[in-house]
Amino acid sequence: MQDEPRPDELVKAVADFLRNDIAPQISGHAGFKLRVAINALELVTRQLTDTSETTELESLKTLLGDGGLKELNLRLADRIRSGEIDLATPGVQEHLWQATLAKLKVDQPNYAAYKREAEK
Amino acid sequence: MSSASVAELLSRSVASWCSGATGVADAKRLSGGASQETWSFDIMHPGGVIGAILRRAPPGYGAAPGRAAGLDAEAVLMQLAHDAGVPSPKVLHVLQPADDLGTGFIMQRVAGETIPRKILRDDEFAAARPKLAQQCGEILAGIHGLPASGLPQLRRMDAATEISELQQEIDNFGWPRPVFELALRWLRDHDPGPPERVTLVHGDFRHGNLMIGADGVRAVLDWELAHLGDPMEDLGWICVNSWRFGGIDKPVGGFGAYDDLFTGYETASGIKVDPQRVKFWEVMGTLRWGVMCVGMMQRFRIGPDHSMERAMIGRRSSETEIDLLRLLAPRRS
Repeated sequence: MQDEPRPDELVKAVADFLRNDIAPQISGHAGFKLRVAINALELVTRQLTDTSETTELESLKTLLGDGGLKELNLRLADRIRSGEIDLATPGVQEHLWQATLAKLKVDQPNYAAYKREAEK
Repeated sequence: MSSASVAELLSRSVASWCSGATGVADAKRLSGGASQETWSFDIMHPGGVIGAILRRAPPGYGAAPGRAAGLDAEAVLMQLAHDAGVPSPKVLHVLQPADDLGTGFIMQRVAGETIPRKILRDDEFAAARPKLAQQCGEILAGIHGLPASGLPQLRRMDAATEISELQQEIDNFGWPRPVFELALRWLRDHDPGPPERVTLVHGDFRHGNLMIGADGVRAVLDWELAHLGDPMEDLGWICVNSWRFGGIDKPVGGFGAYDDLFTGYETASGIKVDPQRVKFWEVMGTLRWGVMCVGMMQRFRIGPDHSMERAMIGRRSSETEIDLLRLLAPRRS
């Protein structure tokens, strides 16, 4: 068993250090790249503590039967393409919304459209 | 190539076509990948300094990739647009083999701002903002009105081809994208069919490619994705949420309403806008940007541009998924 601190705690500490102590000293293109790097570390921190995939898997099983997360997502994608499943299929619209909101919560929680929808 | 040698070559070039020019100064590279570069420089002239921009593919990078119209076509289009009164930089010189600078062209440098955050928030642009959407409509009417006879060779695109290209790219991801599939399905079911007019389409008319000043749009840049097709494609593309930069309630570039854009277009062209057709292209554009984001992540994986920016753009594809759901499956508040 690996010891503490957890990966998310370590990555967050690095991101905090870069944002608070290093970023103010860097300008220009390197400053831009540093902000991208900090954003990446913060995304990783959010994903390491994210539990949405458990809920998503349950929801997919209800719609499509048994299987793994990627397998069921591929099945859902195929059935939407073939027209077997569409927005009128019970539960599909809500599933797509919840799965998408869960992605945005990790990827881009400051995206204006996400903030608007998360308030609903 | 170093700044020094590009400056030297530019000095020699300007002497051959700009009468009275004594040299160039302040040559600096602005942006671009390996195959295409943009440089800014000043032409020294007794009558006053002339600000100029070089767009070129360096020697050895001749052919335009995939969808690009090619630098020669870009130069012709910009000149046509300029002559027709569309805000566009004047083309000063098309590169010749003797220039030894590769292929491309040199154009007038237009002062202004392209950074969306500044255009949408800074006081300097406060007076211009309410006018921009209508102006964009007028400019697009001008672009779509350029006579077909003078246009360079361009690829012809239509909705069905675009849909099948997007599907092919999504197939190559090897990663499930149920929301993208939903959008593909919607696009197939709502294809409005051939347009009444096939015109020049700018192809990338949005923030970043519009040089804007306190007085409004000063120049339309980057004609790389120009093609022939449904003119409503340009109106839909500038309304894609990704180009609103947070101003999500102002569909046109985060600065205006659909009606402003349509009024500008209709007044300048005398041609009625079909909002359903524009929405179709807005959905197509949203999906296309999402697919491009994933494509950048793939290029990050296979290299040679193994940059974290590309990797992170892959994580912006979910932004287009929420935008697609807002368009196709809106929730009640």
